[in-house]
Amino acid sequence: MDLSIILENLPIYFTGLKNTVILVSISLVLGLLLAVPLAILRNYGNPLVQLPIRAFVYFFRGTPLLVQMFLIYYGFGQFDLIKESLLWPFFREAYFCALFAFTLNTAAYTTEILRGAIKATPHGEIEAAMAAGMSRFLMVRRIILPSAFRRALPAYSNEIIFMLHGSSLASVITIVDITGAARIINSRFYSPYEAFLTAAVFYLAITFLIVFLVKKLEVHWFAHLQPQSTSEQVVESPP
Amino acid sequence: MKRLTLALVLVIFALAATTAVAKDWSKVRIATEGAYPPFNYVTPAGDLAGFDVDIAKALGEAMGVEVVLVGPQDWDGIIPALLAKKYDAIIASMSITEERKMKVAFSKKYYNTPAKFIAKKGDMTEFSREAIKGKKIGVQRATIHDRYLTDNYGKDVEVKRYGTQDEAYLDLTAGRVDMLLADSVALSDGFLKKPEGADYQFIGPDLSDPKWFGDGVGVAIRKEDKELVDKFNMAIDKIRSDGTYKVIQDKYFDFNVYGE
Repeated sequence: MDLSIILENLPIYFTGLKNTVILVSISLVLGLLLAVPLAILRNYGNPLVQLPIRAFVYFFRGTPLLVQMFLIYYGFGQFDLIKESLLWPFFREAYFCALFAFTLNTAAYTTEILRGAIKATPHGEIEAAMAAGMSRFLMVRRIILPSAFRRALPAYSNEIIFMLHGSSLASVITIVDITGAARIINSRFYSPYEAFLTAAVFYLAITFLIVFLVKKLEVHWFAHLQPQSTSEQVVESPP
Repeated sequence: MKRLTLALVLVIFALAATTAVAKDWSKVRIATEGAYPPFNYVTPAGDLAGFDVDIAKALGEAMGVEVVLVGPQDWDGIIPALLAKKYDAIIASMSITEERKMKVAFSKKYYNTPAKFIAKKGDMTEFSREAIKGKKIGVQRATIHDRYLTDNYGKDVEVKRYGTQDEAYLDLTAGRVDMLLADSVALSDGFLKKPEGADYQFIGPDLSDPKWFGDGVGVAIRKEDKELVDKFNMAIDKIRSDGTYKVIQDKYFDFNVYGE
């Protein structure tokens, strides 16, 4: 163990940390924004709308993220049609390709998580909403989605962590993320143990933060399920 | 319980005893990368081929040992896997450098060619620090070229690091990088002479400063296997003197790759 290598090269890891955090957070936000309408359509849309969504989810869940990234990064670069199109300035950048692949990948998984959560909405809640005379849209917005988000949270927190770990593949297409930083250090000093252990510590720290934030959100969202505090109900002793 | 402990102790002793016995080199496992044409590559049929591979076979013959080719191996992990005893030697166009010598032993060189930049034709009229400022330059990660570029131009240019040289070629033709730095022979035979490399050319001087580029390319071997280093050195002398080397060289190149 020679930690001086790591200490001297911490700036490279911080560059990597920045890139990992940006890539993962942007793709998670965009992926979630995509997944919500897709999950709703997947439940309530007509079969013609459902079919392409099913195909999309099937493709991105059915292939490894690495293959998806290679297809987008090296695969698209093969076609002159794409290289001469207006999109090429975007697909030319490794960063954009990674973001594109990550967003679609997490969108597919999140769609599936939300689809299940929406489907599992207790019938009583829907009946109550109908009895209150809510329109379809209002019911989805006020009743079904909030209820589905609560149910989906534990599964979605897993997806966040998987995405974080999946992002390590960005280092394959020249991006210096945390893993990319470790690979640079490893290649320079031939010290795989120190280099990758440091990367592991960085990932653990981020995961810790994610778990902590999800826990906070859980406490907030599931407040109605927590044991009620009884401190204010002071039982008065009989006079 | 006591019997189990005894059995365990015996097994451990037995294992220790076998490793203590001097190694028998009737079979040598040699790794190569398989993504660095024309030195080493994978044929469409899936076999390893190239200058390095032919040299490996010739050296095996000269040593009178059976060569088992292991590969293709990731360049990043090729030294760690040698140290982990996945194979006994690396013949993969690995330059003999000071940093690598801290981890592994090297045979004497078996070839030595300079490094060079390539760029798109007409992209640059002359080579200078000013001219390449801000350019994206691709190198293979963990190579002498990566090290040279990072140390000398790391602040002026954007260094893009690839797992293999083949991936760097793909990104050069896709326009994702402006230039590449690599071994001149690999660039010329592996890229410039091919149809996809027709629009590109060498630029700048031959680079061979021993501080970065070492003393040529050698066979990498674990430090403790001193015997094997000697065997490889003798084998290199043998194929150099009996003409085998020249036959292999002429199969791939029309010039002297051994150097002076």
